[in-house]
Amino acid sequence: MIDALILTILMTSVPLVLAATGELVVERSGVLNLGLEGMMLMGAVSAFALTYATGSLFIGLLAGIISGAITAAIFGFFVLGLATNQVATGLALTIFGTGLSGLIGSEFVGKAITGLPTLFPKHFADIPFIGAFLSLDIVAYSSVIIVFLVWVFLFKTKTGLILRASGISQYSAHSLGYSVLKVRWCAVLFGGMMAGLSGAYLPLMLTPHWSEGMTSGRGWIALALVVFASWMPSRIIYGAILFGTITIMQLAGQARGWTIPPQFLSSLPYLATIFVLVVISSRGSAKYLAPSDLTQPFISSK
Amino acid sequence: MFHLTLRKETPLIFKVSVPIASILLTILFGIFIFSVLGYDSGKALYHFFISPLSRIDRIADLFVKACPLMIVGTGLVLCFRANIWNIGAEGQLIMGAVFAGGLALSFPDTNSVWLLPAMAVLSFIGGGLWAFLPAILKVRLRTNEILVSLMLTYVASLFLDWLVRGPWRSPTSFGFPLTNYYPDAGLISKINFPGIGTIGQLHWGVFIAILVCLLCWFMMQKTVFGFQVKLVGDSHKAFRYSGFNESKTTMMLFIISGGLAGLAGMIEVSANIGQLQPNISFGYGFTAIIVAFLARLNPAAVILAGLLIALIEMGGDSAQIALAIPKVVTGVFKGILLFLLLAGETLTKYQINVKPRQRSVPND
Amino acid sequence: MKPHSALLESRDISKSFGSFIANDKINFNILEGEIHGLLGENGAGKSTFVKMVYGLLEPTMGALFWNGNPIKIRGPQEARNFGIGMVFQHFSLFPTLTVIENIELALSDTQALPELRKTIIEKSQEFGISVDPDTYIRDLSVGEQQRVEILRCLLQNPKLLIMDEPTSVLTPQESEQLFVILNKLAATGCSVLFISHKLKEVKEITQRATILRRGRVVDTVTSSEVSTEQLAKMMVGSDPQHVKPKIGTKSNDILVQISGLCRPADTPFSTPLLDINLDVKAGEIVGIAGIAGNGQSELMEALTGEWRSRDSIKVLDVLGVDIRDYSPHKRRQMGIGFLPEERNGHSAVMGMTLTENTLLTNHNNPEVQKHSIIQNDNLEKLTSNIIHDYDVRTPLQNPLASSLSGGNLQKFVVGREIIKKPSVFFVAQPTWGVDIGATKFIRNALIDLANEGCGIIVISQDLEELFELADSISVLFRGKLSERKPVKELNSQKIGLLMGGEDVASLAKEHS
Repeated sequence: MIDALILTILMTSVPLVLAATGELVVERSGVLNLGLEGMMLMGAVSAFALTYATGSLFIGLLAGIISGAITAAIFGFFVLGLATNQVATGLALTIFGTGLSGLIGSEFVGKAITGLPTLFPKHFADIPFIGAFLSLDIVAYSSVIIVFLVWVFLFKTKTGLILRASGISQYSAHSLGYSVLKVRWCAVLFGGMMAGLSGAYLPLMLTPHWSEGMTSGRGWIALALVVFASWMPSRIIYGAILFGTITIMQLAGQARGWTIPPQFLSSLPYLATIFVLVVISSRGSAKYLAPSDLTQPFISSK
Repeated sequence: MFHLTLRKETPLIFKVSVPIASILLTILFGIFIFSVLGYDSGKALYHFFISPLSRIDRIADLFVKACPLMIVGTGLVLCFRANIWNIGAEGQLIMGAVFAGGLALSFPDTNSVWLLPAMAVLSFIGGGLWAFLPAILKVRLRTNEILVSLMLTYVASLFLDWLVRGPWRSPTSFGFPLTNYYPDAGLISKINFPGIGTIGQLHWGVFIAILVCLLCWFMMQKTVFGFQVKLVGDSHKAFRYSGFNESKTTMMLFIISGGLAGLAGMIEVSANIGQLQPNISFGYGFTAIIVAFLARLNPAAVILAGLLIALIEMGGDSAQIALAIPKVVTGVFKGILLFLLLAGETLTKYQINVKPRQRSVPND
Repeated sequence: MKPHSALLESRDISKSFGSFIANDKINFNILEGEIHGLLGENGAGKSTFVKMVYGLLEPTMGALFWNGNPIKIRGPQEARNFGIGMVFQHFSLFPTLTVIENIELALSDTQALPELRKTIIEKSQEFGISVDPDTYIRDLSVGEQQRVEILRCLLQNPKLLIMDEPTSVLTPQESEQLFVILNKLAATGCSVLFISHKLKEVKEITQRATILRRGRVVDTVTSSEVSTEQLAKMMVGSDPQHVKPKIGTKSNDILVQISGLCRPADTPFSTPLLDINLDVKAGEIVGIAGIAGNGQSELMEALTGEWRSRDSIKVLDVLGVDIRDYSPHKRRQMGIGFLPEERNGHSAVMGMTLTENTLLTNHNNPEVQKHSIIQNDNLEKLTSNIIHDYDVRTPLQNPLASSLSGGNLQKFVVGREIIKKPSVFFVAQPTWGVDIGATKFIRNALIDLANEGCGIIVISQDLEELFELADSISVLFRGKLSERKPVKELNSQKIGLLMGGEDVASLAKEHS
């Protein structure tokens, strides 16, 4: 019983980890992407559509990643190419992505696919407690590896250093001869691919079907997660598991016939996010950890 | 790729042509999308843009649909002008409706002419309160208001859901999540034109919406408070130097826009639905963001902008019924329109040159 | 001395931005191992020229020669490849990264970190620069940060090091340390282009100096063969006009009394104020000297009311009233005028028109607004009065503040405050970034104001300005104010020592 719970928590955390890690890299470079929700939905619908059409989960995953990248490219065109307001552009992307995914997905409502297989042989799951950790699929395991690689990239490589510098002081980075825009483009595309993969995980693994708006605000929670983790990759995993746990409590509670209204339990992730945000801001240390040039558009003529 | 240089003066022609060009381009994109998806573009355009304007009662309904957009949009214009990102208008709208509804449902037998004004005040308080939360967190703890106000939207929606399925569910609704009907005194009636009668669904709330927009416009142009709003969005140091209190101004703007959103919620329910149900808003809080930008953050222009977006929404309904085009396509249009408006903003502020790495730029 | 060959030569280098000519046929050269000064006022064209040498701007005309060969420098990276390094006036360091990370970013070749660390320590010992590679930049003092910047350049083995106004953020003692480093550098054969507007320094550290004025070269001189007066004349051009004489302190009314003013530091970058005591009489101008970053803006905010406290200030009385809790506009209402140092975004809003800028400090003026509704006619009248009385040259009727030149905008904001005839006036950097004509106008306006009985505090980094305006001067260093001394008892050297933190005792020793 508890194994099933652990497994569900881990699986629920995966899309959060993927999306938040991507967004962390984007924000470290100095860009705020509020369009995560829209990118994830585009990833979800593309993954579902192509898996349904070709029967191949792999192509589905690829489609999710690519559509995330394309959506990110649109975002980058406006925010980096035309220096539009990052907050408003992100919102536009969410509205656009939600609408377009719904449009494309309307064909696929009600259709079903089989989800991702587990990586290890099925009977591993029977091992008490650890079994849960061994019953995940390849994407889930990859997400942990990705987080590690991102950490190595940001703190152990020169390119990662350049990216961090661009988020701290873009004009200083520019005067040192680094192309801030190039760095941000790469970050945004990476963030898009991660968002697309994260979105793809939803219909391919968590709930193998498509429905409009199936991300249910996970994109927004991922954004909160980045702040919660103080822009440090390692903390993203802890935060994601925490949020996953809270989300699961609602289902578990209903199953056990708790008298707490289901809507309250459903609202827990959102309330928890607010709580976390308050705690982080009140500690005051966020100032020194946040990339100081976050949301400042880079105007090369200055 | 693009090289941006700040313009010294913005030619007036840009300020007017940008919204118009954005609209036209969006329509072009629309034609493209329709064709790709295999719909008849001509018919689709007709249903989207002409059909809602084809009869006087449809035009009246356009105003009705624009009503919440205008009220919420104006409130958002105030906030955005001050660089305050109130993304939670949707939640504030819901809470306003809930507060007003609570009052109406508590006095089911009343005939009092004061019920409606009291509901209006209460809705303003409800929305204002819901906006107060992100505001005070921003002012005291510098918490990001975007995420907080957004999370609260989900909470508000779930709260309403619980109310109409639980404690406020009508015993006569056969298990459906609906409250009792409001008493007549709590409903907003349609406007009765002498000699003509009512036109479509046109109700008094529309009149209030237009009034609100005009009042806000006057306030922005002619009052010291309006100057304060413009200043706080421009420069914090100058704002403080001028002697204004940043925290107070931020809180006030948040509460006003939340209150207006709450008012819009109350009007929507009292004029169009008459009782509370899980879905009373159809993304008005988010759509109003686009309205605010389409109006180039000018309260008077919000009236036109609201009508235009309402046109897209009504068009979407019409197109879905007539041609089976999924309603979500309006999201695509709204998104594209906002993208184009933002690009247009850049065009008005900066001169764009497509030149490979040119560096001769004046310094200070 | 064996003859050195020309390392860098500028032939007819010119740069225009539209119709504005920033550099007009610049001709001079820098020799190997030479410390060459580039002297000029604000706006003379020094920064523009140097940006071209560093590849940040492209010349409109003319050519640069390196060791006799014509070159084109297309960007900072190329400049560095030639062996040109630059330390800017405003550092381009990353505060939340460490010293070694900052240096790593500046180097184009990727050395392994342990090697880099060794190289840093070696180089810093060679030149007497002490710095711990793992400290965060935000935890270093300004002088230490500058040394990191220099170290960054040194690690690339430059042949020419450009320093843009390096001593503007240093105390006189730190400047001496810098000169030691620069001399060591020159001895190794590296040249230095030393930009400054401080005459004594240029004579002290440079072998030769080129003077720019209005974008043109006035002359290139041998520093030891020319006097500071001659340099001044070349820099400024015509004889500086005399400032109006001051009538002197009229009455003994104390208008401003400050005692025990303390202000804790808000951020690691800000300076705490420690027990500030000051008073100002009617008709008196009190000058507060000091290098930027020693608490000037913090003090100004305490005076204007942009920062307020009851607990950490013992006495803050103006005209006999305790104003500790008063907001800026309440202080204005009582007749206190104030003008902070920054025009852009503080005393003026660039994106707003002049009438809107007038409204900035007049929004509770009963003529300009009634019941919060703006009376536009009166506002416009007030604005045009300011423009007329304070010689503000504007291109249009009601232009945006951004279309005015620095000097004109400063005249406007000074006029906006003085036209109200304040009883007390606090001003910081009144003529910063302002051309000579406007500078004279503004200083005369301040003296006129004092002659009419107003008590003024002037906070300025420009010693010349303070000597012209003030009756007495106090020096702000690390948030502490030195004992106030009448102007006649002071000279630059004494003030320099105070700015460097020497205490009063050593000054007293000098007198005895």
